[in-house]
Amino acid sequence: MMILAWLPFYPLISFALLIAFQRQLSWKLASVISVTTVLLSALSSGYLMWQLSFNDVTTLSVNLWQWFTLTSFDTGDTHQVNIAFYLDRLSAVMVCVVSGVGFLIHCFAAAYMKEDPHFHRFMAYMNLFLVAMLLLVLADNLVLLYLGWEGVGLCSFLLIGFWYKVPENAAAARKAFIITRIGDTALVIGLLFLFTSLNSLEINTLNTLAQGEWPLTEQRTFWITILLLGGAVGKSAQLPLQTWLPDAMAGPTPVSALIHAATMVTAGVYLIARMHHVFIQSPEVMTLIAWIGVLTLLIAGITALVQSDIKRILAYSTMSQIGYMMLALGAGAWSASVFHLMIHAFFKALLFLTAGAVIYALHHQQNIFKMGGLLKRLPVESAFFIVGLACLVALPGTSGFFSKEAIIGHLWQSPTAGPIFWWLAIIGALITSIYSCRLFFLAFMGSARENISIVKSDGVLIKASLSLLVILSLFGGWLNIDLTTVFQPLTTQVMKQEPSWLHSVAVATPFIGIAFSWWIFREYRLGNSTKIAQSYQSIQTNRVKRWCYSGLGFDSLYTHLVVTPFMFIAKVNRKDLIDQLVMLCAWYAKLLRDVAASLQNGLLRWYAAAFACGLMLWLGAWLV
Amino acid sequence: MIILLMIALLLVFALLAWRVEKYFIQAPKVVALIAVVIASFLFCFQLFQAEHRFEVWTVIVDATWIEAFNIKLQFSLDQLSILLISLTLLLAFIAIAISWQEVSERQGFYYFNILCAIAGIIGVFAASDVFLFFVFWEVMLLPITALIAIWGHENRYFAAVKFFVFTQVSSLCMLVAIIMLAFMHQQQVGQFSFLYSDWQQLAFSPETATFLMIGFFIAFAVKLPSVPFHSWLPDAHTQAPTAGSVLLAGILLKTGAYGLIRFVILLFPNASMQFAPIAMTLGVVSVLYGAKMAFAQSDCKRLIAYSSISHMGFVMMALFAFNYNAFNGAIVTIIAHGISSAALFCLAGMIYHRIHTRDLAQMGNLALSAPWMAGVTLVFVAAAFGIPGLANFIGEFYSLLGVFAVSPLHALLAALGMIGSAIYGLRLFQTAFHGVKRDNTSTKIEDLSIREGAICLVLAVLLFLIGIYPQVLLQFTFQGGY
Repeated sequence: MMILAWLPFYPLISFALLIAFQRQLSWKLASVISVTTVLLSALSSGYLMWQLSFNDVTTLSVNLWQWFTLTSFDTGDTHQVNIAFYLDRLSAVMVCVVSGVGFLIHCFAAAYMKEDPHFHRFMAYMNLFLVAMLLLVLADNLVLLYLGWEGVGLCSFLLIGFWYKVPENAAAARKAFIITRIGDTALVIGLLFLFTSLNSLEINTLNTLAQGEWPLTEQRTFWITILLLGGAVGKSAQLPLQTWLPDAMAGPTPVSALIHAATMVTAGVYLIARMHHVFIQSPEVMTLIAWIGVLTLLIAGITALVQSDIKRILAYSTMSQIGYMMLALGAGAWSASVFHLMIHAFFKALLFLTAGAVIYALHHQQNIFKMGGLLKRLPVESAFFIVGLACLVALPGTSGFFSKEAIIGHLWQSPTAGPIFWWLAIIGALITSIYSCRLFFLAFMGSARENISIVKSDGVLIKASLSLLVILSLFGGWLNIDLTTVFQPLTTQVMKQEPSWLHSVAVATPFIGIAFSWWIFREYRLGNSTKIAQSYQSIQTNRVKRWCYSGLGFDSLYTHLVVTPFMFIAKVNRKDLIDQLVMLCAWYAKLLRDVAASLQNGLLRWYAAAFACGLMLWLGAWLV
Repeated sequence: MIILLMIALLLVFALLAWRVEKYFIQAPKVVALIAVVIASFLFCFQLFQAEHRFEVWTVIVDATWIEAFNIKLQFSLDQLSILLISLTLLLAFIAIAISWQEVSERQGFYYFNILCAIAGIIGVFAASDVFLFFVFWEVMLLPITALIAIWGHENRYFAAVKFFVFTQVSSLCMLVAIIMLAFMHQQQVGQFSFLYSDWQQLAFSPETATFLMIGFFIAFAVKLPSVPFHSWLPDAHTQAPTAGSVLLAGILLKTGAYGLIRFVILLFPNASMQFAPIAMTLGVVSVLYGAKMAFAQSDCKRLIAYSSISHMGFVMMALFAFNYNAFNGAIVTIIAHGISSAALFCLAGMIYHRIHTRDLAQMGNLALSAPWMAGVTLVFVAAAFGIPGLANFIGEFYSLLGVFAVSPLHALLAALGMIGSAIYGLRLFQTAFHGVKRDNTSTKIEDLSIREGAICLVLAVLLFLIGIYPQVLLQFTFQGGY
């Protein structure tokens, strides 16, 4: 119990130390503190996972203290909201992924950010982020989950804007926070709805209620699940709140790896998986989730096809992979979704970190059109990157293959998805392999297009953490996570017959994609620099490409629909209209005063004239 | 007796502070500090020696004042007043500490005004004779007006007059209602009375009750303030010296909330129940309008002032939702906003002290030279936009939950205020501390001094404490009329 209670708080100690002492700590000491505290969390979560897997305990819970009590509106009972943790297989997997991958990324970051003058602040924020993320995952009630949820949002804001002197970074940080905040508000309203309907916010109680006789009407369930989905959509960068994620790449690369690939953006997936008993009650919303997932994965894939910045490509690919997870959730393939979440955390962290190493070696060059020939110049990094890409396109044998196949295999027969989703997912997989090949050909094959020296990084830490991630990405597929105790399968009444060719098509898709790109991107592959320069130009000149490049115009749509009117109203009413109206009274009083004052001007003829006029009026009135 | 003693002591020390300046120029602030320390000790002493937990409004001082109208010098305490008096004393310390080096002219009169204002506010929270309440209501108004008019910024006379006129006109409505109630008591019982406890026994026809309730409501809605009576606040806050802003935002607005609880909701429960939809709508409008206006400001104190309007909208809305969650929410928001807005005004004052401007466009990249200041600002801004773990979240969540049960639409709209607060909060933080100025220079400023750091630390710790263990507030049973 103590292990569970302490698990999320170790990095908090490091956060406090780093903030309190700042530069008084040497680089070595600061890294040791921040990395070992994360290691402690990782070790405890590993131990707890082992306990859950091999002992008879299926769940662990610990209650730290009572946070506050809510009073039920109709019965008047009080309901406690506790700072309490709950660990079952699902949260155990999440905790292991968060702290394990978090640990590797911390190792990498300690070496990668060594030169930064604000290294201490950086590591402190990273630690704080892990605390919030672990709280989110372990929370036993939705309010505590929301605490973690906002905490990760705040840390994400701080870390995206870490190099805050560049206005674009600050804007990206703001955008990420505000857009996710829109989702968060939906989540809060969902919580209000849940409590007023069911008098509880405890995850277990709600799930137990949902497994038995569900007391709510269909409409209420619909709204509750939609609102929860709103929160998930914001955090996980899915349609329609997806626009913040690519801009979030303004942060340092370890941040992109930790927050915007491996952990925080999967919080939405976790939320839905955690509350899946409630979601099952509303099949329409399940289908909606599937649609959101599938549309996001297609849109993100198409956008990734024309990007030039290596980190943005990876960001769009993250979006699209989370789209797969959402699709799986919508289809009721809960364990497949969580499995893909885990595997994705491994290989996407690997891809981002390797990209970071490459960017570092090339003097902060992020444009793939200006790279080229890295296969020869950075062989080790290239090998790592190949492994990551192989997982991303789901080549048979890699871990990505297992997890993605598990998702795609569920779609055809699912009552809330169906063949059309299967086909779209296959198209998505095809696009994935095409943009991966494009990225690989442009950056790693051909010959170097800019003659710049390679910055040697001597970090043993960097290499070691990357190698561990490579191992996880390659063999993570064999990790057996058994989530059957947590998840309730969707009841399938109609067993649709699966055509026999389904499986082979799914396996063949990545190869088709690779073969296609081998042919269509041959200029990139061979390093024809004039062609490459031309196609780089065409991103800006070609209208279709430009539209795809901008993420299918969502940004400008929101700018026109929301931001501009908002700014306009703010500008128009800067002076506060109501105040102007109120001040009319003052103006009126002043006017009266001025009139009265000007009458008392001390000139005798004026007084005489006024007297005469008044007399005439009075007489006239009397006579009439 | 102790409440009376506290108030008398504060007033005596106020005079002393004024006089002593002639002999020792630095003495007034020490006198003021000593006064507040002694008052706090007295207050704690009163609480600890009492045998009961003040669950009902308990009379602790009772003496005749003006016999002809049966006006009494009666003070009572219950947990609500205890809580608010504690907040007052806390912020009194903060107000004195923040002016320690900031104010150099006419220090004696300055601290005289601060102590008088505090005495008045404590009187407002403790008086249970309504005539006495009204006297204190006026007593706290004058010193604050003087603070704005003498030590304020460039446009101070206008702001002071505006503040004074708004408050006076609105309290006139209350005065009419008070006198009517006293007369009704004479009609029904045969004797004048201004005692709150006597008024509770009166029988009203529904129309009279509504009429009287509105009289009180206007006075307190102006003080709270609620849209459309809010427009004195941005001017007053912006022009006031830092300590004035701290007192205004931290406590003076809370007298409005206190009045709403005591004289509107508890005295006229049925009438206010009927009035609730209008009041809740006003609250929601305040939440959204305040957030919207806060975003549009370029003056950082004005921005914080509008954010106060937004937060007090939550209080108004929650109070008129008439259920236990919402009431808890209102109480926690009152305290949390008292602390967090006071802290933000302190920080605005510290920045002004360094760079002599409140214009956000003139700031930028302050985090480089003042990282600690940036850090604490972030904490207080995060509190203001309701990050869970800090006190304001508990208040907002309770309020929204309570309101949602009564009127989902109001709660939905008010929840949009959470997005709004994030937008203006980030704008405040980022334009001041991140990025660069338009002319690409960055201002170098001194980081927090130990005194300033201590102020921020105390307030931040309190916000965290209430945020993760709100029981410290909620153990008080605010049963009130529920």
